[in-house]
Amino acid sequence: MTPRLFELMLKAAGTTVVISVASIGIGLLIGILVCAARLSPRPWLRWPAGLFVSFFRGVPLLVQLLLIYNLLPAIGLTVPSVVAALIGLSLCTAAYQAENLRGGFTSVPRGLLEAADMVGLSPWQQFRRIRAPIALRLTVPALVNEAILILKASSLISVVGVIELTRTAQNLAASTYEPLLFYAVAGGLYLAINWLVAAGGSLAERALRRGRLA
Amino acid sequence: MSFDVSVILGALPAILSGLQITLGIWLASTAMGAVLGFVVAALRHFGPQPLALALRLAVEVLRGTPFLVQIFLLYFGGPFIGLSLDPVPAGLLGLSLYAAAYFSEIVRAGFAAVPRGHVEAAQCVGLSQAQIVRRILVPEMTMLVLPQAVNMAVILLKETAVLSIIAVPEATATISAIGSQQYAFVEALFLLAVIYWGLVEACGRAGQALECRLSKFRFA
Repeated sequence: MTPRLFELMLKAAGTTVVISVASIGIGLLIGILVCAARLSPRPWLRWPAGLFVSFFRGVPLLVQLLLIYNLLPAIGLTVPSVVAALIGLSLCTAAYQAENLRGGFTSVPRGLLEAADMVGLSPWQQFRRIRAPIALRLTVPALVNEAILILKASSLISVVGVIELTRTAQNLAASTYEPLLFYAVAGGLYLAINWLVAAGGSLAERALRRGRLA
Repeated sequence: MSFDVSVILGALPAILSGLQITLGIWLASTAMGAVLGFVVAALRHFGPQPLALALRLAVEVLRGTPFLVQIFLLYFGGPFIGLSLDPVPAGLLGLSLYAAAYFSEIVRAGFAAVPRGHVEAAQCVGLSQAQIVRRILVPEMTMLVLPQAVNMAVILLKETAVLSIIAVPEATATISAIGSQQYAFVEALFLLAVIYWGLVEACGRAGQALECRLSKFRFA
């Protein structure tokens, strides 16, 4: 492989990282909203949120991507394939992240909330000072895990025509007639990125543990 | 946007044959992945050091790279090292190896979670090593890993959709082909999504029922 082709692969890996980070971020925001709706006492909020989570966790990401990619033009929205891919990845990860957050919030020890009640914290203060910080800390490992899953899942957006790492490997494999080399290099790059994410995740967990209260 | 149900009804036989292949590949690769994963976990625990290290590396690679890249490597790269497979066997092999990597980690965690005291007690009453594995470790481990194993089976069911990319004629490939022939992508893909959704929900429910049924065997 010439250095120029390797540079192309690296650039494509950059695209994969940017798209993954963007969808994790958007997915986290949507996930927070969905989680709030799922924990709400109002059934008309809880029920659709449950359906959202069930659908996006129950349908293969590839099918979601194809559906969104074909549905948007059918309802009169013409968007570039990157946007369709971002919407698909974000919605999918939002469903998983909403479940992770819900797990975090429901594992906040009851005793802490009772204690907060006793010392007279308002519900908002309880949320800001007790529930949210503890729940978020409990969710960090799952978030890192989800980031790795999305990095790997982002390979599927090559199917709707986004030129990321897998698609670049596919193009170069076809034009050089060296599939073994290019797919192996792509795999190696995914491994390296995932390793970095995992290492960053354990650093973050250690930092959080140092400042932990519960 | 129009939604035409006749598109779906007219293509029912093709849809059913696609579903059959999806279910067949899913069940076969889950079973092979579970067995192979068990063997890998056992070899990593009891096998010689170099073999254990090699298996660990293989598991890390399979778990750290996208399934799509693995299947491309196998299907398009295979012929260059004398491994020319048709789409269905390639998909079956690829998905089984992918499943084995995850199952081996599940089994490993399961064995580690069996209480030491149970093994020690078995040694005290004079059970042989093989008896301990067969009578204590495997049954207790099976109960412990059941939820993760069901979860993995669900992940594999969804992963079978990826095989459509290497032209395995499973549900995603056949149903989206119907969509493009009749220019009815949205109808076809909605149907596809609903089918997977139903299968995944059913599989999750079945897993819960199985856990309930088997919970009386739970002693760890």
